[in-house]
Amino acid sequence: MDTLVASREVNVEGASVAPAKMSIRNLDFYYGKFHGLKNINLEVAERRVTAFIGPSGCGKSTLLRALNRMYSLYPGQRATGQIMFNGENILDPRVDLNMLRSKVGMVFQKPTPFPMSIYDNIAFGIRLYENLPQRQMDERVESALAKAAIWDEVKDKLKQSGMALSGGQQQRLCIARAIAVQPDVLLLDEPTSALDPISTAKVEELLSDLKRDYTIAIVTHNMQQAARVSDFTAYMYLGELIEFGETDQLFLRPMRKETEDYITGRFG
Amino acid sequence: MNHDHTHKQFDVEMEGIRSGVLSMGGMVEKQLTRAIDALGNEEDSDLLDAVGADEASINQLQINIDQQCAQIIARRQPAAVDLRMVLTVSKIVNDLERIGDEVKKIAYKAAQARGSDQLARVRYYDVARAAGNALAMLQHALDAFARLDVDRAASIIDEDEAIDAAFASILRQLISYMMEDPRTITPALEIVFIAKSIERIGDHAKNIAEAVVQVVKGKDVRHSSAKQIRAEVAQS
Repeated sequence: MDTLVASREVNVEGASVAPAKMSIRNLDFYYGKFHGLKNINLEVAERRVTAFIGPSGCGKSTLLRALNRMYSLYPGQRATGQIMFNGENILDPRVDLNMLRSKVGMVFQKPTPFPMSIYDNIAFGIRLYENLPQRQMDERVESALAKAAIWDEVKDKLKQSGMALSGGQQQRLCIARAIAVQPDVLLLDEPTSALDPISTAKVEELLSDLKRDYTIAIVTHNMQQAARVSDFTAYMYLGELIEFGETDQLFLRPMRKETEDYITGRFG
Repeated sequence: MNHDHTHKQFDVEMEGIRSGVLSMGGMVEKQLTRAIDALGNEEDSDLLDAVGADEASINQLQINIDQQCAQIIARRQPAAVDLRMVLTVSKIVNDLERIGDEVKKIAYKAAQARGSDQLARVRYYDVARAAGNALAMLQHALDAFARLDVDRAASIIDEDEAIDAAFASILRQLISYMMEDPRTITPALEIVFIAKSIERIGDHAKNIAEAVVQVVKGKDVRHSSAKQIRAEVAQS
């Protein structure tokens, strides 16, 4: 029998350091017969940035995708265990996936603007969940674009296509779109790996603003990025969580030899 | 550090700063040996010139190694043990350079303190012995660094206490001489400065030992007691 009681705190070395927004308990994940995640236990801290790092194929993106059941789109992929979020286990098949994904938004590696105007890119998601009068819709669109630090760049061309923006602007547009439906959690899967250094810096700067309102989980191949933007870091290898801790600690004095080898570039 | 970086050039750069510290340390040892000779020998201006020349080379090595450290940080963004090693090397070369300064002071003060026979026993025997202990301590600290041997590093902290005690003893002796015969005051003051420099060398060698503990253990043990440091070293 499932016990739906999960820790509400993020613990590092036995001490509670922050309240948890999502609690992952005994999570196993399978791609068909392949065992992609092995007994993951982890808390994602509320209004903090948690980074998942590790070599390709370690399961970090799989873990991120489990957090809003993105994998449910694909037959043959399944998860067991618990991911507690706002009092329910989101792995339960009865969970309304549309509601879940409005509360746990996702931004991908490549910017994915819809082939429509900048304004409609943002309004599209809102219209799925809410029927707002025009003035309120305008306000919501502006607020989302402002929070994503792109309002000043697009306010005079809201009717232009979102596809016409630069890569960095497109990515911030996608972040604005995710924010517009007022989620609790933002998942970012290598959000800057297709961006130039200046756009990357803008997105990283944005994350430090966004964590005032949102819980953020980010997958990144760039260890320095994890070190710059995150409060907590999880190092994964071959589907297992090797080490989880405060970022300051993990990059200066990791507890595990495997983590040290990876972050100091002694891997492979 | 057990196995290699994926970037081989990174290994080469790390080895460069590590061996830089050891050759700089070797140079400081040589310079200190010369200064100890200067304490015993009669007037030898070649010795003073050599000590001065050593100091110039030591200063240049400090600048070179610090620059290499800055380049590693800029190019490699080292983390964890690598970051601690780079920061530590930068601190150690600072301590070595300061030791070089103290050694130069010892050699010059030794030349000035000559000619007081009454103080010969203090100068030749106690001061030279304390300087020999400081040299041994420096050698042990560099050895601990070369092998990243924290047990060795922890034992150096005790050696520093012995040097501090020797300094206090030399001071007491000199005070007695000065009270008995005011004509000894001028040379005695020179010897006080020499003894103080030796005591400072012990402190710098201790800093190096503490830096070794920090590289290996990831814990900053500066300003900790010898007991706390030994406890930290004992932890696996």
